[in-house]
Formats: sequence, structure tokens, C-alpha cells
Amino acid sequence: MSQLSTRHLLGIKDISTEDIQLIFETADNFKEVLNRPIKKVPSLRDITIANIFFENSTRTRLSFELAEKRLSADVINFSSSNSSVKKGETLIDTVNNILSMKVDMVVMRHSSVGAPHFLSKHIKANIVNAGDGTHEHPTQALLDAFSIREKLGDVAGKKVAIIGDILHSRVALSNIFCLQKLGAEVMVCGPITLLPKHIGSLGVKIEHDVEKALQWCDVANVLRIQLERQQIKYFPSLREYSLYFGINRKMLDRLDKEIVVMHPGPINRGVELNSDVADSEHSIILQQVENGVAIRMAVLYLLAGAK
Amino acid sequence: MQKRLVLDQQQISIILKRFCHQLIENHDTFENTVLLGLQPRGPIVSDKIVHLLEEISGIKVPFGYLDATFHRDDFRRRDFPLKANETKIDFLIEGKKVILIDDVLYKGRSVRAALDAMIAFGRPQKVELMILVDRKYTRDYPIMPDYCGFKVNTLETQYVSVEWKENGFEQDAIWITEKA
Repeated sequence: MSQLSTRHLLGIKDISTEDIQLIFETADNFKEVLNRPIKKVPSLRDITIANIFFENSTRTRLSFELAEKRLSADVINFSSSNSSVKKGETLIDTVNNILSMKVDMVVMRHSSVGAPHFLSKHIKANIVNAGDGTHEHPTQALLDAFSIREKLGDVAGKKVAIIGDILHSRVALSNIFCLQKLGAEVMVCGPITLLPKHIGSLGVKIEHDVEKALQWCDVANVLRIQLERQQIKYFPSLREYSLYFGINRKMLDRLDKEIVVMHPGPINRGVELNSDVADSEHSIILQQVENGVAIRMAVLYLLAGAK
Repeated sequence: MQKRLVLDQQQISIILKRFCHQLIENHDTFENTVLLGLQPRGPIVSDKIVHLLEEISGIKVPFGYLDATFHRDDFRRRDFPLKANETKIDFLIEGKKVILIDDVLYKGRSVRAALDAMIAFGRPQKVELMILVDRKYTRDYPIMPDYCGFKVNTLETQYVSVEWKENGFEQDAIWITEKA
């Protein structure tokens, strides 16, 4: 089978394990393309893609844009900070205006949960969710799982601890869905105030002691403290958070095994992750960034290729 | 299903040996020559050529596999995209003489895509095409093989299927079959 079961990539929850495997296999091919002297293929040369970012983004937007350009698509970029959204235009009006310029695909980030799902019901273009509020960030989860597969050979049977601000993280939710679909065991670890109340109903283990989480896992996916989403204080201070939940080299040295450390970026160095870990041989953070382009190329290629 | 034998194991073996001698004649010591098997079915032919060349001349010619899926001109014209195969080229082809190898030449579109894909690895000095079976009068592009095993007349309603022992068949054989 070389076709996704969906026209849009709205979330990992909506796609099948076979879809994920197909995306990985296609990303393997694109990773090889990215290592060629000429890193560009003409597959999407008659496709126009709009990157619509209603929320700030650096690496995701750049990664999508690079993926689109490597596939030879025409790209237009839109960010809400300098647009008519500021003048009161609705989401559908904004997107329909962009689509009337004959755009085939939309990559969208929005602060509201479900915004891409809403859009998919009202427009014809393929939609890729580049993050919707605290809900899902499917391509990040795909590239994380792809990076684990690349580093450890397989995702099935691996123990992955997601450590940090789970409550405000769209990466956490997408990762949980993706890793479970691929047969991994998932644990979430963080202060009780930063874990959603019913997270256990997703079938994940819950831990509040970061050292125990590290001892349990094969992979630690460390998340950023999302201060911009926190309306109230969830912990006394960053210093205290770092003291109890920050990961440093000494903690890794105390383990009786080697673990892999991941982070979706941007890192708050000295808060959730110390530099002596982020820059160590345990870390695959830069490989995640590299794999992000290959995964996004695969997603765009497979969505655009279906009639 | 109707099936007509085009080439049997012995005939294929003779053709592969002929290819090797033609290559030796044209490329001498293979100093600047590389072989590329076109995915998905060319690599099995190119592997055999590499092996035979080593047996006959003692020279191990550098070889790789080229996949042109992302360079095809029928993307979005099919119901779903074709699945890509591995590209494995551990050398630059800049300034090299490249021999592209495939089993069957039909419309010429795969070879056009392969020429496009190949350029990503450098500008070759010269490119030649080696084909086991050439389906005559079916070309959409002006592409002709430099080395041709066997020419065959076929209809649009027919397939040329190439069977190899390595793929679990009783013996190497090339058949013309009617499309289902």
C-alpha cells in the first residue's frame, strides 16, 4: 500500500499504524535525497503550498518551508502578526482568500485546538496541522518516533519517558498516540501540576520522580516549560523546577544503562536540560531537526500524490 | 492466462555474457565507468553484470542503484503515488561514463526520469543504456538502448514479465503475458 488513509494530516490520533509506517518508509527515501549533492526532487513542481502560521514558529516553519522547496513546490508564507487577521478577518475568510490564489495545500499552525479540523471541513485543499494549541503536533511526533527508530532500530517494545510540561504540550499528546501505535511503552513525568488530570486514561505510566523515570526508560523526550501558555503559576520558580526536574550529566552517569535524550526544541538550557546533556553523545536533538525535513517531505509528498 | 516464452535461462545467460564482452570492448579497463541499476528491477540485472564482468575480466566495476520515483512525470496522475525504492550510490558521477541498466524498455518514461534523477549526483561525461528486452514501437520518448538483449513486438494489452531464480522462480525466464 502506498497511499495514506487520509487527505489531511490533522493529528496522529486520526491516522493508522500503516500510515505511520508508510510515512517512515517514504522519509527513509527522502533522507537519502537530502544527502545527495543536489538535494532537490521535482515531485511537487506543480503544487502551491501556503504556510499559514497564526502562532510564532521558527524551526517548524523553516523545516516545512525547506521540505516544500526540496520537493520543488511553490511556497507562500503567511503569519498573522502582519496580516488582516489583526483587522478582524475570520479564519475561513483568511484561508479562502489565500486559496483563491490557487493554493493546493495548507500547512497551518493555530493557537486554537481543532482549528485545522474545522478548516478541513470547509475547504478543498489538503491540510497539514503544524500545531493546534495544546492539542496535536503530528509531524513533530512522527519525526521523534522516526528518530528513535533510526537510533534504536525499532520503536516497538521501547520505553519512552516524556518529561516536563505535559499539560501545555501538543508534542506530548501526539507523541503518546504515535509511540503507542508503534508498540512503545510510554511514561509521562513532571510536577503534578503540569500533568493533565486524566492522562492515565491514555494508557501511559505516570511518574513524578525524574530519576526513576530515567532509570525506567530507553528514551527520554524532554519537553520545554511553556511559560507563554501558563496563565497561572504551576511551580514556585524555574530554579526549583530545574532542581527537581532538570536533567544533567550526573543523573545520566548514575544510570546503569545508556539512554537516548531527545528534545523538540527550543531548549531552555539550564532549566529542563543542562548543556552537558544537550550537547552529549546521548542527545539526538540535531538528528531530530534533520529528520524533521525528511518526515515533512514524506507527509507532503504522500498527501499531494493522492488523486 | 496466456503466456509466451521470449527468452529461457540459457538465452538470458548468453545475452548477459554478450553484454559483458561489449562493455569490455567499449570501456576497456573501466577506469572511469560506473554501472547504475534502475530500481526496482534493474539492480538484479546490474548485479549479474558486475559479477560476470569480474569473472571474465577480473575487474570490479563500481556500481549503484538509482531510484527515479520522485522524478517521474506521472505524479498526481495516478490514483496514489508510487512507493520509492532505495537509491544507493556511494560515488559521485561527475565526469564518469555511466551505464544505466534495466530489464525492460517500454515507454521510455522511466529512463527519462532516471536521467533526471542521475544528474543529482553530478554531470556525467557520457551515459549509455543497457536493456535486456526492448519492447519495439511503444516509445513515448526518443530513447533507444545502446546495449539491447532482445527486441520484441508487444501489444498495449500485454506485459513482459521477467522471472529470476533469485526471486523464487524455477529458472530465469522472460515471458509475454496478457494483462488481466
